[in-house]
Amino acid sequence: MSKLPASAKCVVIGAGIVGNGMVYHLAKLGWKDIVQIDKGPLPNPGGSTGHASNFIFPVDHSKEMTAITAESMRQYKEWGTFTETGGIEVARTQERMQELARRITSAKSWGIDGGRILTPAEVKELVPYIDETVIVGGYYQPTVGVVDSLRTGTLMREYAVETGAAQSFANIEVLDITVENGRVTGVVTDQGTIAADYVVIATGCWSPKLAAMAGAHIPLTPAVHQMKDIGPVPFFKDTKGDIEWPIVRDMDVFMYERQHGTGLEIGSYAHRPILYTPEDLPSNATAALSPTEFAFTQADFDIQDEHAYELMPSIVGDENVREKYAINGILSYTPDGMPILGETPEVKGLWSVAAVWIKEGPGTSKSVAEWMVLGDSEIDLHASNIARFHDHQKAQFHIKSRVDESFNKTYGIVHPLEQYASNRNVRLSPFYEAEKELGAVFYETAGWERPFWYESNKGLLAKFGDKVMPRTAEWESRWWSPIINAEHLQMRESAGIVDLSAFAIFDVTGPSALSVVQKAALRQMDVAIGRVVYTPVLGPNGGFKSDLTIMRLDTNHFRVVTGGAHGMADKKWFSDLLPADGSAQISDLTSSYTTIGVWGPKAREIIQAITDADMGKDAFKFSTCKVIEVGPLRVLASRISYVGDLGWEFYIPIEQGAKLWQMIWESGKKHEMIPVGIGVYGTTGRLEKCYRAYGPELETEYTVIEAGMQSPKLKEADFIGKQAHVKHRSEAPVSLLCTLFVDDHTSANGEKRYMMGNEPILTVDKQPIVDAHGRRSYVTSAGSAPSLGKHILMSYLPTELAVAGNTFIVEYLGEHYPCSVAQVGATPVFDPTNERIIA
Amino acid sequence: MDVLVCLKRVPLAGGTLILTPDARDIETKHLGFGISPHEENAVEAGVQLVEQMGGTLTLLTLGPSDAEEQLRSQLAIGATRAVLIETDGQEWDPQGTAAALVDAINAEETKFDLIIFGAESADSAGYQIHIRVAHALNRPIVTNVKSMKVENNLVTCERVVPTGREHYEAPLPAIVTVRDGLNIPRYPSVPGRMQARKKIVDMKKAEPRIPKLEKVTLALAPSKDKGAEILGKGADAVPALVEVLKQIGAF
Amino acid sequence: MILVLIDHDGGEIDPLSLRALTAARKLGHDVEAVVIGQSGAELAAIAGEYGASILHVASHASISDYTPMASGRALKDLVEKLNPAAVLAAGSPRGNEQLAHLAAFLDIPMAAECSQITLGAPHHVLRARWAGNLIESANVHSELLIATVLSFSTEPESINGPAASVSQFEPNVQPADTIVRVLSRSTGESKGGVTLNDAKVIVSGGRGVGGPDGFGNLEELATLLGGTVGCSRVVTSSGWRPHAEQVGQTGTKVAPDLYIAAGISGAMQHIAGMKNSKTIVVINTDPEAPILRYADYAIIGDLHQVIPALTSAIRQAKG
Repeated sequence: MSKLPASAKCVVIGAGIVGNGMVYHLAKLGWKDIVQIDKGPLPNPGGSTGHASNFIFPVDHSKEMTAITAESMRQYKEWGTFTETGGIEVARTQERMQELARRITSAKSWGIDGGRILTPAEVKELVPYIDETVIVGGYYQPTVGVVDSLRTGTLMREYAVETGAAQSFANIEVLDITVENGRVTGVVTDQGTIAADYVVIATGCWSPKLAAMAGAHIPLTPAVHQMKDIGPVPFFKDTKGDIEWPIVRDMDVFMYERQHGTGLEIGSYAHRPILYTPEDLPSNATAALSPTEFAFTQADFDIQDEHAYELMPSIVGDENVREKYAINGILSYTPDGMPILGETPEVKGLWSVAAVWIKEGPGTSKSVAEWMVLGDSEIDLHASNIARFHDHQKAQFHIKSRVDESFNKTYGIVHPLEQYASNRNVRLSPFYEAEKELGAVFYETAGWERPFWYESNKGLLAKFGDKVMPRTAEWESRWWSPIINAEHLQMRESAGIVDLSAFAIFDVTGPSALSVVQKAALRQMDVAIGRVVYTPVLGPNGGFKSDLTIMRLDTNHFRVVTGGAHGMADKKWFSDLLPADGSAQISDLTSSYTTIGVWGPKAREIIQAITDADMGKDAFKFSTCKVIEVGPLRVLASRISYVGDLGWEFYIPIEQGAKLWQMIWESGKKHEMIPVGIGVYGTTGRLEKCYRAYGPELETEYTVIEAGMQSPKLKEADFIGKQAHVKHRSEAPVSLLCTLFVDDHTSANGEKRYMMGNEPILTVDKQPIVDAHGRRSYVTSAGSAPSLGKHILMSYLPTELAVAGNTFIVEYLGEHYPCSVAQVGATPVFDPTNERIIA
Repeated sequence: MDVLVCLKRVPLAGGTLILTPDARDIETKHLGFGISPHEENAVEAGVQLVEQMGGTLTLLTLGPSDAEEQLRSQLAIGATRAVLIETDGQEWDPQGTAAALVDAINAEETKFDLIIFGAESADSAGYQIHIRVAHALNRPIVTNVKSMKVENNLVTCERVVPTGREHYEAPLPAIVTVRDGLNIPRYPSVPGRMQARKKIVDMKKAEPRIPKLEKVTLALAPSKDKGAEILGKGADAVPALVEVLKQIGAF
Repeated sequence: MILVLIDHDGGEIDPLSLRALTAARKLGHDVEAVVIGQSGAELAAIAGEYGASILHVASHASISDYTPMASGRALKDLVEKLNPAAVLAAGSPRGNEQLAHLAAFLDIPMAAECSQITLGAPHHVLRARWAGNLIESANVHSELLIATVLSFSTEPESINGPAASVSQFEPNVQPADTIVRVLSRSTGESKGGVTLNDAKVIVSGGRGVGGPDGFGNLEELATLLGGTVGCSRVVTSSGWRPHAEQVGQTGTKVAPDLYIAAGISGAMQHIAGMKNSKTIVVINTDPEAPILRYADYAIIGDLHQVIPALTSAIRQAKG
């Protein structure tokens, strides 16, 4: 074995599908001087890649996951390591049939075609060894396939080595990752130290241990996925090669069965969650099979045996078909189910590519390599960004409790608004007790308990009657209440008080503060003190990285306010812009300040009653902020609105929050002010105003022009993405973000149905709509517009189709509903001239 | 005929063992458990005998309550029922173990025609429990059996020795210990697993005795890397090897 | 006095017994030996050469070949007569078995496979466990120590002593003691008469051989070197080779002059059966295979190329 080099541009730790993908894609993008190391032998160093089941279902409700999977499949095909087998998800319940229909619609939204619903008899035709009497139907996806992940990884590694870009070393144990001044400097191994500018952790379930060496966090947990291989199966006697028969997922029992040569592999996500820590994983030498193949615990699989028997009695029930191999295989699970990608917020130059499964490996590697080399990836990875984690989410308790809860949802029917039950009540606002008394129904964001609606407002249902757009179908009534719409209507009549404690707040200060925020913001930040600017934040490619508000509090003092969910990623984005000379700083005030919003036509009267400050239309203009005195309190009031009504956000030190709440509450009583939940703030209020949200509408893939958010005048100062943005401004947009109304909600059985988001928008003859960049039209956000009595859908439509009044079809749970364009661009459908806001 | 097979739950270790901090046991937190290799042949032999001749196959083990897992696995390949003498998880010495097994066997209603052990346990290899049980039960015992036939109330056995094979026989009831190679043990089927869940595992208690062969500590055997001289790669290295073989007088 | 059981087949000594004799002698006590069966009397010279002063010969009309329980009975009788401090035997299947019968008769402990013995109260031993991968430090609580000596822990050392004086005795053998005995014998399975146990050269193949057909090359090389073919456990459990050829804890433990391991990665249980070989040559594609730690020489490469090349090179060298 040749000696480890003393230095490298980049050290990639790990030689599983991800580590190999990283060296390959970094090499392809022109990096040289890459050193790859793994503590195990090659080609199978003993991580999860070595025991993976290797099949790929290309469909997921997550657009990001689907895109990464599609890119991975493309690469596997390119390497010749993909075998298309087709796959069937079978349903044992009607509820699952609805979910399968939903999966097909998600697939269509993300550009995965060919899926169709099968009758039990049709399933049997494709998979003759199934007992069709135990199922009620299935979903056939012909593009499902099996890959050879070890072979692919080897080919990728060999490419990088043969082209001279990388050297690869097996059996090297990492002892430490060194860091100086917050930047990674190298890797200490049992066979020498390698100085490095970049270190990539691609070590799967060992990642937390490696990250900890550098003082960083990769919050995942190794968890067991059980599988057993039985055979030889007489029915498969004459099959050639690895696989010929479609893969079957028995969704309602959280299992899969796939033919594997003459055997049948039975896998499960139904067993009790069995979680480990990276320290529990044995070394290659001490492991009985491999470090990630633990001994099979049959007692956890007893019920799965019976379920497999039910579905495939002719094979599983055959006494002569015997267990050939059974393991508790270790996989990586994260607390929110998404991978952990990107540069760690703690250490510059230290990158995580973790919690990546076989179906995502090559695509993820390509995207992260683009991110490293080019500054951004083609596929938007925001949901996987390692910077998303709040500090408390790095706690073992959080990781374990969330994975424990979500493990059995791997094949579960997960409602888009479904809340975690575990590890709740971690971050409580100062108003929490008051809200609880008002019957708040709490949803969680970034650990914060936020009222989604208040049961105390139930009385409003009678007042507003059918204007609350009641729902009868269980699916879209789940995690929803008509009270949300009642709160909305009442707010529009009088006023509502909103708990906004979950905002992430950080101040940028110092002589270079302006240049930092200018660099990040699309909008002009060199504004008068006291101005509040809502601005998109762009990536190098001119796509969206965030949208947030920035208050200029002083010449060298800016306050950035952003959503809780994305707050930590924003904080890293801004932190990365700080000059090396220390002339600007960032301080995180999220846990120092709480925020209360008050909006509605009565908002001014309510606030004016408790302050001597002039809250008048001209004295306190929209888009400005100032400190006002409210009784004993000094409060930063910011006049903006995300719900489309007159009002303010009030920023107050957290210990004084309850006092402010109480004063506003008292003052609001005579104006019929009500507490309003996030259901209004995040959905109904916003959608009526056609406000875009980061994530659903705003993402890397779309431009400011397409989102209809360009300002008339281009900011002169430089900002990230400017070059791309200037180009976008000069081109005709390929698509435009539109607001659509559903014209008829009636389903085949006469029930009114309400879309939830992510549904495909189809032409009137039910064909998918694809724009010139190959992007599908789908519902980015959906929700009630109670003031208009409409259900709103937002969708990007190809420019030529984006014409008000144009009609389309929205597919929802397998059925088709007519809809039409109400508005092209960002002009609100409710109060288009914003009279209510600037009142 | 009624057959009893005695088993021991042992860790399934990899290439290298690690010890617990008190050096009294091997660290098993990341290891699975199974039974000793020769015992797999013992169960297979028992299953085959019952398949051929009818009767019952009972399993007996002494160990922690977790040993039920190993019993269930073996019930899944065709044993009738099982008895688990539950210990405190500590390792018992051979005399104590043998005495507890004998008590349990005597307490059984079934008078077993044949009791089968594996030739040695994977972990402790004391080479005596089976013989102590034979003495206590007054039964003939044939050890290290590689081939076995039961007919006419007689067990006929072959044992492989350096010079060939030795032939033994013993009248039933008898005890044999068997070695790997006797048969090819089958693995459980799913229906076997499902049936095993319903089979009876009798849990028994036995009082530990003061060990006379008293384990003090364990240590890893020194296995120093001999530092192999790499003669080269592929067929190109053959001349170097021929030189080495000449030097050591291999030809 | 320490009594050592010498095992033999029809007067041909088990060489492992000489190791047991040597180990006993090193404990600093007088050493006497015992053989079971009249034909054992022929071993007086060699027993003496390795330090035994007296060779007790147990003979009885009903002992004509190996009869383990009767051996135990004979040992019990002798122990009661001579009251030795310890009874030792080789840590072989037979040594272990016969001493286990003795221990069962006396209902006292026995320590098998000891690499070190210290007499005392209690006695202390180091004994091999886990196929020799673990060493147990144990106390033996009994007046008489019954122990077997780990096969390769002691090299046999002759002291060129005079022939042991032979002391004949007839054990009080009971009918039950002789029920189990060798009734007949047949010769080994290995071709050419060279068995694993006495082969000077073993060419062993593992998973890397790929299948039963691949062993042809190994056989050719083994024959050329006057040796025999061995294999790892995966080979026999896959049915590629007969179990008699398995080297390892569950097969045969060997210590030839030359052991060539081709395509064997080196599982613990295989290592246990071959690590005492004088010279170990490894042929493996994986330079990190565990077996390399035990090798003296290695070629990194595909055995399917290396072995035929080696065979023809040796043929040439032999002329």
